[in-house]
Amino acid sequence: MITKDYIITAPQGLHARPATTLIRLAKNYTSAISLKKGDITVRLNSMLNILSLTIKGGDTISIIIEGEDETTAAEAVDLFFTEQLKGL
Amino acid sequence: MIKGIGVSAGIAIGKAYIIKKSEAALTGFLLKNDAEVLADIARFDKAVGIAINEIENIKQNTSLALTDDAISILETQIEFLSDPQLRDDVVEKITTAKRNASDALIEVTAANVHLFESMEDEYLRARAIDIQDISNRILKYLNKSEQGHKQAFEPDTIIIAEDISPSDTITMDIKHVNGFATQAGSKTSHAAIIARSKGIPAIVGCGDGLTAIKNGDVIILDGAAGSLFISPDKQLTDDYTQKRTEYIARSNKLKQLKEVPAVTTDGTAVKLLANISSAVDMDDVFDNGGEGVGLLRTELLFMNRDSFPTEDEQFEFYRDIALRSMGKSIIVRTIDIGGDKQLSYFGLPAEQNPFLGYRAIRICLDRTDLFVTQLKAILRASVFGDLKIMFPMISNVQEVRAAKIILEQAKNELLQDNISFKANIEVGIMIEIPSAAITADILAKEVDFFSIGTNDLCQYTLAVDRMNEKISHLYDPFNPAVLRLINYVIDQARRHKIHVSMCGEMASDPMATLLLLGMGLTEFSMNAAAIPEIKQSIIHTYVSTAKDIYNKVMAMGSSQNIIRFLQEVTT
Repeated sequence: MITKDYIITAPQGLHARPATTLIRLAKNYTSAISLKKGDITVRLNSMLNILSLTIKGGDTISIIIEGEDETTAAEAVDLFFTEQLKGL
Repeated sequence: MIKGIGVSAGIAIGKAYIIKKSEAALTGFLLKNDAEVLADIARFDKAVGIAINEIENIKQNTSLALTDDAISILETQIEFLSDPQLRDDVVEKITTAKRNASDALIEVTAANVHLFESMEDEYLRARAIDIQDISNRILKYLNKSEQGHKQAFEPDTIIIAEDISPSDTITMDIKHVNGFATQAGSKTSHAAIIARSKGIPAIVGCGDGLTAIKNGDVIILDGAAGSLFISPDKQLTDDYTQKRTEYIARSNKLKQLKEVPAVTTDGTAVKLLANISSAVDMDDVFDNGGEGVGLLRTELLFMNRDSFPTEDEQFEFYRDIALRSMGKSIIVRTIDIGGDKQLSYFGLPAEQNPFLGYRAIRICLDRTDLFVTQLKAILRASVFGDLKIMFPMISNVQEVRAAKIILEQAKNELLQDNISFKANIEVGIMIEIPSAAITADILAKEVDFFSIGTNDLCQYTLAVDRMNEKISHLYDPFNPAVLRLINYVIDQARRHKIHVSMCGEMASDPMATLLLLGMGLTEFSMNAAAIPEIKQSIIHTYVSTAKDIYNKVMAMGSSQNIIRFLQEVTT
């Protein structure tokens, strides 16, 4: 299992557009990918669940990945939060 | 007149067309057995599948000429439609409560819409309509009764609706739509985003007032002001027709200039920056082609409240601005209270000469507790963008050194608490007191940049209170004494290889642009709206011309001559 924390640097937070990209990214892997904010953890496959976490710019979240391809999935997720999110 | 939230600027004049949405009603009939349960789950899955196909088709329909914004909204809708949580909830209602597929979806949607509508975050509240919209799409295929509207509108139509769903704005034939107004909605509704990206004036959140409008009523809609007029008289119509012409001309000019770099004809790059007071001003900065913020006033953060803002409150203020800065530099001026800016909760006694009194850095060096709090908040936000710190009202080198020591103290406190910040954050000072201007050579060794505040520099140099009407004619930024001070500051900054910018009113005066450029100034900070006009003068001039103007002006003895000369050469 891989767990990593990220600070959301995009001003609008994790809104609908980046959430869409993230869900699609997660679909490429067999590993179970979850997102945790505070005490709440949701699977990275539901717009409703991700949006209802109200993730804003400056918030800290954790990503939890578990499965066979967790290493490559973690790299993709890392790229998403450190590079791609800014442009979405 | 009806007031709403202007979400897409521009003026539209046209005839009202009212879109009414029929609400899907619960049928109330229950499923009788497991076979019916399975059949309705299958019916739901099939309807979702058709709805997704429909969106894929819209996406691929090249004749719609969809913008990137529109396509990404459609992508998001597909994810909403295929949300496993939505399916789980609907299937749960079908299996355990024996609801038919349509009723199950209506109930689940109502709960989700309610959840999002009650959220604190404005953006998320606006997502309620997306959730309703995708539900309506599925329902359309569950019951054949619902009709989507794909209408062709008459020329010059203004659409009036309770709300407009994202798919409406995309599939509607908007060729003839001049504008739209809705009762509900907010600045972050997808409908608002689409309106902006297609350049259609729009107002949302107009409330019940819109119900007074009938089909065919003549409507004037001002998308910037957020106002709407029903059946206007001739005078008003003429006024707004005129305004519309001006708006189109101005926005075309702005658009042309926005992407044009501020470079002189002979290749000197000039930085045009903006003076701002809060995060919401950032949109204006970029819309006008600004390349960053040359002055962030922090007073707004301290005004209209009962007590000093906490470090966390201040941190959020600076962070929100940093997050919107697109990596451009932001110069944060530490608090400039006192003088004419008073805080009700900070009892400063009345002074004989408030402008020569206890204000700005003088308060900060005395009340170091307040100063450290602000510096820590700025430092913490510095990891989110290119923030720089600027001290106002510096009159001598000791003050700069004292302020820098307190900055180090703030950094140490953060280090001890293991909080990250930008360690080598740049530090600069305002040059607005004549003693600072005259000792620019000494001060330049202490800091990374200067910013010339011409308003106070002029008032202090000429001993003129510009609020005093009897002597306001003596307030004269083109006085040779003021110009010599400015010239000396720019020259010393260049000799010591530090940045120098100007953030006073002179920076936005087109009459002064060439003169300042001739002095060697290449960073100008002003109200965002003034940027295009200054850019216009810069891109049409040679630095050699500017140098020539500067040499002639510096040889003149009176500001009357200087002003007359500058008027001649700049028009």
